[in-house]
Amino acid sequence: MTENSDNYSAAGEVGAVLEKRTFWTRLKIDMKKSPWTARFGMLIILFYAIMAIFAPFIAPYGEAQVFATPYAPWSSEFIFGTDQIGRDIFSRLIYGARNTVGIAVATTLLAFLIGGAFGLIAAIDRSYIDQAFSRLVDVFMAIPSLIFALVLLSIFGSTVLNLIVIIAVLDSTRVFRLTRAVAINVVVMDYVEAARLRGEGLGWIMRKEILPNIMPPLIAEFGLRFCFVFLSIAALSFLGVGIQPPTADWGSMVRENASLIQFAQYDLKAGLTPLLPASAIALLTVAVNFVVDWFLHKTSGLGDEQ
Amino acid sequence: MHPVTKTILERLGLGLATLFVVSIIIFSAIEMLPGDFGQAILGQAATEETVAAFRRELGLDQPAYMRYLQWVGSAFQGDLGTSFSGRNSSGIDRSRAVVDLIAPRLWNTLFLAGLTAVIAVPISLVLGISSALYRNSVYDRTVNTVTLTTISFPEFFVAYILILLLASLYPVFPSLANVDGSTPLFERVFRTALPALTLTLVIVAHMMRMTRAAIINLLASPYIQMARLSGASQIEVIVKHALPNAWAPIATVIAFNLAYLVVGVVVVEVVFVYPGVGQLMVDAVTSRDIPVVQGCALIFAITYILLNLIADIIGIITNPRLLHPK
Repeated sequence: MTENSDNYSAAGEVGAVLEKRTFWTRLKIDMKKSPWTARFGMLIILFYAIMAIFAPFIAPYGEAQVFATPYAPWSSEFIFGTDQIGRDIFSRLIYGARNTVGIAVATTLLAFLIGGAFGLIAAIDRSYIDQAFSRLVDVFMAIPSLIFALVLLSIFGSTVLNLIVIIAVLDSTRVFRLTRAVAINVVVMDYVEAARLRGEGLGWIMRKEILPNIMPPLIAEFGLRFCFVFLSIAALSFLGVGIQPPTADWGSMVRENASLIQFAQYDLKAGLTPLLPASAIALLTVAVNFVVDWFLHKTSGLGDEQ
Repeated sequence: MHPVTKTILERLGLGLATLFVVSIIIFSAIEMLPGDFGQAILGQAATEETVAAFRRELGLDQPAYMRYLQWVGSAFQGDLGTSFSGRNSSGIDRSRAVVDLIAPRLWNTLFLAGLTAVIAVPISLVLGISSALYRNSVYDRTVNTVTLTTISFPEFFVAYILILLLASLYPVFPSLANVDGSTPLFERVFRTALPALTLTLVIVAHMMRMTRAAIINLLASPYIQMARLSGASQIEVIVKHALPNAWAPIATVIAFNLAYLVVGVVVVEVVFVYPGVGQLMVDAVTSRDIPVVQGCALIFAITYILLNLIADIIGIITNPRLLHPK
């Protein structure tokens, strides 16, 4: 609007043929208005995604390939040296993007599937089912989820599948709360009533009538939930009860190379090695937080004021 | 009945009910183990009689509700069963009571959590209130950015950065926090400095942000504006008008973060090899020593529920609307 303010006429704008913006033009406009933090965040996420998808082509060595010298220093052959049994740390960092982030994404998706479905059912139903689910979730949220996860892992054992299911179920309680809270306001709308009267089933009402209207808060929650899941999986792997070796994973890599830190006085690079996977975790969480912040600002309607 | 008493009794009942369900969940841990776990614990060479005796000792020949009552009953008397480790196929039992394992470590964990709380609570309250008062200033924005970044970092990242800086490059503090019962107090504080500092950094960020949000919320309410318009000074507004309503949110923030400390302590204890309950629990999970896991989980759960309950109650008894009903 500002660029042609000299020949602007309101009648002209109203009279002009309304062009429907395609998805890409809308995306372009959104991108133009985005703050640098959000752009930086998206760039980082894109970078991680490329690393995860093309890991076997980018990494110079295999993730479990063992070389002769353990704890090799940084060199042109091994960019970040080798770990305690002689695996290339640079390659394991790249594969870690695939394993750690991949498992976290799968867990978050599962948590949303479980929590979202039950949350919608509870919001539509509002009878004893709603009561039962809500009280159960209250109890689950009364204990810290890390403690809960530790108890469950000791029973079922630390496999990747168990890890995904346990963390997903524990985190679905938060998704349930949010979905139920936002869906309750939509369920009472007239068009939902109309759909019910025309005889649509529960599945249709959930997917076609309610879900599209509660998407923005759910997408923002997806980003935040991903950070929580990602950090708890990293913490569990760091504690040695999460993702098991020889799978390359950032949490366990920190623990395995932690002893190098005491040599920092003699070789700073060696001291920095255990911090590399840890900072990979931190960078991704910061990036996702930046993007979620911008998304929340945009969908809350405050973004249009500038 | 006074409305305050009624609400407090309600909360106490709710807390007890939660604790009951949680104890059932923790108890059923042993229920969900696969059928042949006796063999797995005692080793392949265990005879059938030894396994049968082991199962009888755990009471697996009795119905579940009986065992639950026994478990809760003995937990109340300070008996959490015996550890799985130290048992072997020959039937000789070298295992130790779970309570003997937990008790000395619980004191260590409480010491670490207490030390952190003493440092972190005043700092975060001052930071939170001051950044709420001078909101949108450079000071506020700096504090905000720094704390937002700290929140996004995993605890072990913060811990290792501190080790790198304060133990390895500039050896000020020891990187291993190995304390035992005979360590004198000053030495103990010195050795726990790094773990306490890590936890402080993590929870100050949370606590400061929550305090700031609570105070801003309060300062935006119309009655504060009214007090300002009637000519009250800044100090008067805060002490006389804002603070009575602020106790509840501040207490909630503190209790919530002390409860968060319960979780943070697990990771930090492992990093610094600090002999606390968190480390014991992680070791027990790795070796699948269920009685120890149950004991630790019960202690963590009780602490967590208790702290949240205290926050609720402080919120209720300082609420002016409940204290002076119409």
